[in-house]
Amino acid sequence: MRNVAMISALCTVLAPMAHAERGADGQLNILYWQAPSTLNPYLSSGTKDLEPSSLVIEPLAGFDEKGDVFPRLAAEIPSAENGGISADLKTVTWRLKPGLKWSDGTPVTSEDVKFTADYCMNPDGGCAQLGRYEGIDRVEAPDPLTVVIHYAAPRPNPFTAFTGAQSPILQKAQFAGCMGAAASTCTDQNFRPIGTGPFRVTEFRTNDALTLEANPNYRDPAKPAFATVTVKGGGDAAGAATAVLETGEFDYAWNTQVPPDLLKSMEAAGKGRVVTAFGTLVERVEMNLSDPSPDLPETERATIKHPHPILSDERVRRALSMALDRQLLSDVGYGPTGRATCNLVPAPEVFASDNTGCIAQDSEGAMALLDQAGWVPGTDGVREKDGRKLHLLFQTSANPIRQDYQALIKQWWQNIGVSVELKVVEPAVFFGADANSPDTFIRFNADVEMFANNFDGTDPEPYLARYTCDKAPSPDTQWQGENINRYCNAEFDKLLAELGRTSGVQARGAIAKKLNDMLTKDGMVVVPLVDRGRVSAHSNALGGVVMNAWDSELWNAADWVRAR
Amino acid sequence: MAKRVLVLILALMLLGPLLWRIDPGLLDMRARNLGPGLGHPLGTDQLGRDMLARLMAGGRVSLAVGFCASVLAVVLGTGVGVAAGWFRRLDGALMRLVDLFLALPLLPLLLLGVMLFREPLARAIGPAAGAFVLIVGAIGLTSWMQLARVVRAEVMALRGREFIVAARMVGNGSGRLIVRHLLPNIAPQIGVAASLGFASAIMTESALSFLGFGFPPDLPTWGRMLAEGVEQMQLYPARVLLPGGLILLTVLAVNALAQVKVPR
Repeated sequence: MRNVAMISALCTVLAPMAHAERGADGQLNILYWQAPSTLNPYLSSGTKDLEPSSLVIEPLAGFDEKGDVFPRLAAEIPSAENGGISADLKTVTWRLKPGLKWSDGTPVTSEDVKFTADYCMNPDGGCAQLGRYEGIDRVEAPDPLTVVIHYAAPRPNPFTAFTGAQSPILQKAQFAGCMGAAASTCTDQNFRPIGTGPFRVTEFRTNDALTLEANPNYRDPAKPAFATVTVKGGGDAAGAATAVLETGEFDYAWNTQVPPDLLKSMEAAGKGRVVTAFGTLVERVEMNLSDPSPDLPETERATIKHPHPILSDERVRRALSMALDRQLLSDVGYGPTGRATCNLVPAPEVFASDNTGCIAQDSEGAMALLDQAGWVPGTDGVREKDGRKLHLLFQTSANPIRQDYQALIKQWWQNIGVSVELKVVEPAVFFGADANSPDTFIRFNADVEMFANNFDGTDPEPYLARYTCDKAPSPDTQWQGENINRYCNAEFDKLLAELGRTSGVQARGAIAKKLNDMLTKDGMVVVPLVDRGRVSAHSNALGGVVMNAWDSELWNAADWVRAR
Repeated sequence: MAKRVLVLILALMLLGPLLWRIDPGLLDMRARNLGPGLGHPLGTDQLGRDMLARLMAGGRVSLAVGFCASVLAVVLGTGVGVAAGWFRRLDGALMRLVDLFLALPLLPLLLLGVMLFREPLARAIGPAAGAFVLIVGAIGLTSWMQLARVVRAEVMALRGREFIVAARMVGNGSGRLIVRHLLPNIAPQIGVAASLGFASAIMTESALSFLGFGFPPDLPTWGRMLAEGVEQMQLYPARVLLPGGLILLTVLAVNALAQVKVPR
């Protein structure tokens, strides 16, 4: 019996090696229920477009499943140690792998890389990924294998340009006529880009289907294992999950976010597996530190002029956090695709604080803390202090899971003597940018509110920079500003400025963790609840899938094999 | 038959909570997603709330909204229709007003209403009562126009009839004529319109709650329960079938009742 197990384990390990030959595994079927509309990521910021295009065109470096940078077209990752990053953090030098070829057989050179930057940074182009090239002064190509990027100011984290599926390298010869305003008129180029990836386009029907075949010039002669790929669009998340998990029509389905019970019952059919990767999307409760009372004049309501009469006390905020059972919230709302968290920055590992103190619910402790803060139970069970009731208005957007969360949180807070009024706002209004609407999450005319947010890429600096004093929304800024809590702490601002001067992932991680703790564990300004993962499904007949939240989900499709 | 069904539903919603005393808002996380059983005759929902208690509480709200909104629409529609049909001088102006209201889209109007009045109303009479006034007002104010047109046409047809002319010749004033002779003759039409309005008000309320314009989320209504159940329909069909079936039964019963009243 033991031998059988040994042999079968051995077979599983050896199986991929047994047919390590390009195109040996036949056809691969992928389902993107939101169908790709273009294969040029510089003209679309949609995940549905980025990910299929990552099968065809590649950046210099990508992010692996842990969020670490690894070389794709580059020979190695630039660092201060290997001389790739200059001492003043203003120059980054990349070196290409020698002998790389485009799928049409022509050589890949540093001119292509330089062209890509010029293409996206062209002022007439309206490049969707311009943010990745921010701060670049100029790009030079001193020899065919070397690219030098000059930044206008020190750039502690240079891994945005040419890194990740959002900024792949385009072929200069193909796109030379597509600069600036002509970009979106180059239909043939945008629909059939020539790339260096494991596959090349055979047919693309926009918003419907994409067919690919193995790239004969791919740099690893043994890959990819699949000869042809179809990426099909259409349907919805539940239909996509069914197609992989229950009927087995497809090998891989992207974004199968359906209620946890449903996903579990589908997986029980035994045809496939659900895969999850946790990025930085965190569902959280945000505390308002300014007074949202409607008695105040419209120009002063919810501004830093008036501190919140209840929530300015850190002990009250802490008690509210202690009363929550985050594990239960995660189970109810997201099942296997969520996990309880106390961090605003839950990942990548180097930036995530080891802060788990909030996970265990402690209603007794919360009540003791409220007693200590002077809020004592009144005759109706609601706590009061100096004649004011401990009453909170709790708003969020209309969404079935958020309404379940509201009901749960209301009950827990009532148990510790807090009276809660719930409010639901239509999502388009709540997340809308209309400065005149009183119901947006930025105006924050409520005591606490709940939503989810994440940050792009792997470095949390711009994300943490939202909480500086000068970013608090007010009438003077036309109610723009990302510091919706109206948090203001000189120490925080100082530490953030230090982060902007620090390079090296470890050192940056240490500072980012401190900043995260100031907002969460120490300050209780942001009360994180659940870390929400990306979820997809693949059939049991597909091997080699490694889910990735930092780059395209199809990042390692060259390594995918038919599991027999 | 229709009457019996309606009475049964009303009795269940109004008297049921006196017998079945579980709090519809009570969450019991150890009893989530239960099927029908002794403790919970209709099972529990995804947060362990008792379905029977929620259906009864939700039914009260939905029926109250339907009733109040249709009464408001009937009063407005009949008033405008009679005035336009009886007094020739008012006809043009009132009918243009009807056209104006018919052109108003309900949703943007509600968005505006919620923005302007939700907070003052909630402060004056509490969040749930404030939302009730807002929703009933919004539905009532945007659904009286068809009735006004029907009533106007009926009044115009009646005003030339012999019995009206005769009643006027013996010296009856307009007010008395309208109340004693006109309204009783157009009552069936009003009844049908009211029942249709009742049904559509329940549906509109559910749409509004679904979009987040309606009641606070902790107040169950049939419409909200239906909307929340849709996602879990495959696993727990009862969450959709129960509130949906009750809406269907109520609407059918009310419509059937109105049909009976129309003289054949």
